[in-house]
Amino acid sequence: MKPLLHVENLQIKAGNTPLVDGISFSISAGEVFALVGESGSGKSLTSLAIMRLLADGLDITDGDVRLGNDSLFALTEVQMNAVRGRRIAMVFQEPQSSLNPVHTIGRQIGEVLALHRGKALREDIVALLEEVGIPDANARINWYPHQLSGGQKQRVMIAMALACEPELLIADEPTTALDVTIQKQILELLNELRRSRDLAVLLITHDMGVVAEMADRIAVMRHGHILEQAERSEFFVRPEHEYSRQLIHSLPQPDDYLTETEHAPLLEVTDVKVWFPEKRGVLQRVVGHTKAVDGISLKIGRGETLALVGESGSGKSTVGRAILRLEDTESGSIYFDGTRVDSLSRRAFAPYRKRIQVIFQDPFSSMNPRMTVREIIEEGMLSLGLGGSSESRLQRIETLLKRVGLDASHLHRYPHEFSGGQRQRIAIARAIAVEPELIICDEPTSALDVSIRGQVLSLLQELQQEMGLSYLFITHDLSIIPHLAHRVAVMRNGKLVEQGNTHSLMSDPQHEYTQHLLAAVPRIPEHA
Amino acid sequence: MEVFDVRVHLLWSDILIFILVASLLCFVVSVLKNPLARGRWAKVFESRIGAASFMVILFYVLIALTDSLHFQKRLEATAESTDVHYAPEMTSVLDLILAPMLDRDEKTYSAPFAIYSFAKENIESDDGTVVREFPRLEHGGSHITMEEQHVADIVVKSLTAIGWTLVPILIVLFIHHWYIRKEDSRLPWPVIYFTFAAIVVVSSWALQMSQYYHVLGTDKVGQDVLYGAIKAIRTGVLIGTLATLVTLPLAVLLGISAGYFRGWVDDVVQYIYTTLNSIPGILLIAASVLLINVYIETNPEQFKLLSDRADFRFIALCFILGMTSWTGLCRLLRAETLKVSQLEYVQAAHAFGVSRWRVIMRHILPNTTHIILIALVLDFSAFVLAEAVLSYIGVGVDSSMKSWGNMINEARSELAREPVVWWSVIAAFILMFTLVLAANLFSDRVRDVFDPRMSGSGDNS
Repeated sequence: MKPLLHVENLQIKAGNTPLVDGISFSISAGEVFALVGESGSGKSLTSLAIMRLLADGLDITDGDVRLGNDSLFALTEVQMNAVRGRRIAMVFQEPQSSLNPVHTIGRQIGEVLALHRGKALREDIVALLEEVGIPDANARINWYPHQLSGGQKQRVMIAMALACEPELLIADEPTTALDVTIQKQILELLNELRRSRDLAVLLITHDMGVVAEMADRIAVMRHGHILEQAERSEFFVRPEHEYSRQLIHSLPQPDDYLTETEHAPLLEVTDVKVWFPEKRGVLQRVVGHTKAVDGISLKIGRGETLALVGESGSGKSTVGRAILRLEDTESGSIYFDGTRVDSLSRRAFAPYRKRIQVIFQDPFSSMNPRMTVREIIEEGMLSLGLGGSSESRLQRIETLLKRVGLDASHLHRYPHEFSGGQRQRIAIARAIAVEPELIICDEPTSALDVSIRGQVLSLLQELQQEMGLSYLFITHDLSIIPHLAHRVAVMRNGKLVEQGNTHSLMSDPQHEYTQHLLAAVPRIPEHA
Repeated sequence: MEVFDVRVHLLWSDILIFILVASLLCFVVSVLKNPLARGRWAKVFESRIGAASFMVILFYVLIALTDSLHFQKRLEATAESTDVHYAPEMTSVLDLILAPMLDRDEKTYSAPFAIYSFAKENIESDDGTVVREFPRLEHGGSHITMEEQHVADIVVKSLTAIGWTLVPILIVLFIHHWYIRKEDSRLPWPVIYFTFAAIVVVSSWALQMSQYYHVLGTDKVGQDVLYGAIKAIRTGVLIGTLATLVTLPLAVLLGISAGYFRGWVDDVVQYIYTTLNSIPGILLIAASVLLINVYIETNPEQFKLLSDRADFRFIALCFILGMTSWTGLCRLLRAETLKVSQLEYVQAAHAFGVSRWRVIMRHILPNTTHIILIALVLDFSAFVLAEAVLSYIGVGVDSSMKSWGNMINEARSELAREPVVWWSVIAAFILMFTLVLAANLFSDRVRDVFDPRMSGSGDNS
């Protein structure tokens, strides 16, 4: 079969630095071609180059892109505009910012239709919305983006992309911003559409699970080069390149469970509620509550990891913040090491600050950009009066940096000089600097590339063994849980739906929602 | 205080400006001690625009400083008494430098470099008839005997003045370039040399030419316009800095507390600034200025000298300007603090039990400094311009005080004349424009370097 899109020896340079260096691939109609790579590998640039939408300062210096019989780089800008949308369409990562908040979704889809077909009929729009699985499409055509959920917005984006019946759909991390259950639905939708419309899909992603579910053929990209291209079945069984193997193995094995042992209790949370008041009117009267956490009970033992799993908005982060006393609890009790801590005053709670620490999700906003690494790590020690003299503190910080795999010479650098993974190591060093007993890990790896994610997770586990730390591991990523957590608690809408030891819960989920969640996790074929 | 035959008499605004300079020096010393802050500021001066605009600002500030050392001259002892008396009007060190422009008053308007007056007068000619004619100026160009020499004389005198200035400057720069300058310096020396040379040449030329002509003409009462415009620099620089300094603590304190503590603190602060914002600023300022005038009238014993009165009114004006214009920065800071205090590093600090005061000082204030710095310099230019507007509508600084606003105010009638008297408004405009432009360019540069979102890319240009 003659390929629909043919990219040949594409080279993109910023000044003299090649960002994409001579890559070639082709996609046939009805095929899903996955371009896999970590951040900075040049995969998104490739897609933008195909659309000829590269930012200023980036130049295509070599190569050719052919769509059908046309060479895209030879077209005039006017001709290219006809190609965009009509023959090639794009779906982006963030549905939130891709839709115009002041227009109804019907109008936005209609706009695309009108642009390419001359007129937009209501029936056409409704049909499109139905095709992408928006329920009650006839009524929702008049809805505004904010009335839709994240998954529905992504469906609308897909509907807009499909409006002009393109031959090629470029999906740039289409599900990264979505929860697993929604991700599954969107992937299924894409799969269905490419079959029904014989659509060629260029899928750009960093998630090997998604690749395993979706792609027909796979190309692995790193530093602007394609390292390997293969059929899916081939790729997962016999990856040729070392880096591909690394990527595949970065997915934890689903049956590699931690052995559960008895743990002396450390933290006990009983029926905790965190309600945010809704205030109205001039006098700011409380008219109701948003029940972010609505009666949660959990226990963590010494040296134990409890994974708290849930989708966005389930209140799992709020639980962590309540334990840290960053939010006030409405009712319920929190016992730490036998003492009730939720009713302590700010001052009386201070000693416990040393014992309960936190690591945040975003390594870019979790450190003050104006402080050096030393100041960042030192802050907690100073505030809690640890570490003795300035010299001994410095020594301790150097030891800590080495322990988390950084160099002592990094002390006087600023956070922005480090990569995401290195920053997360600094954040870990900051947390363990005060020798805590419990660390609340709030999605510490979800902003990291897969290969780095593995390193950070194993660092956390090593530290657990060395220092006897307990973790409350808050995550939406079920794939990392088996070899990380001793026990799992599943949260939904502020309530716990199921709790239990990891092995039994993952292999034999009782609650319907847990089953649903687990089924949604993309998996690499069993024989891999 | 009496030194030699003068009595040093510092006005309140003089004292304030020197306190300001002292605290600024402390700030500079603290920056020099901290290697990181030093690196950041070095980046500001390593850009061509940053260095050049800073030199211009520095020149203005120097003029303002020399103009803030006031003293009274001793009067000649009169025959009747042996008491020592001092002149009621103030003289400043700047006046000594500008001596060529002083005591050369004409009768009324005259154009720049003119040798004839701007207004006709009755002149008795040699044969006794009275004709209406433009009389020769008493001082401007009085050395010229033949009218034909006029243009040539200006050109020759200018060239000589520039030449005599350039030679020593080039020697100084040459010595600096070859012997003093360090090899590893990353400052844009060519630009610094050029700006320095330009400033010195222009000021020296103006000063030397003032011995012969009125470089920017004379005003209604025959005073040299250039002199007035230079004296107005002190007013402009002071009103800019003092008013900004009044806004700063209010805006920073209230804005950050509102954003950080939220709850009722936020409500109160928002209530105050919305109320203040809904009253027209000009109205408030006009009302306060009138109140101050009344105060001065009813307490004459506190203000013995005319300049004391003018100075009091001036300081009060700075204060009122500051009090009415902190709301903008406050609002910005509140919003930024709301944003910053939700960031994870602030949460992490809370988790470490860092006290609220420390969180504000270590995390929130440093991460809002870029806003404060920008607002500082923008406010500075805005206040310089506001002074002009306020003086124009008559509620600005005292009319006895030289200020660009007063010059523009007088230009109202001058521009209506035929032919137009354009030089005083142009003089005020040029000097004000240079200061405001330099301040804005400098603030741009400071923002580029200090804005955390731009870190890493701050070394373009």
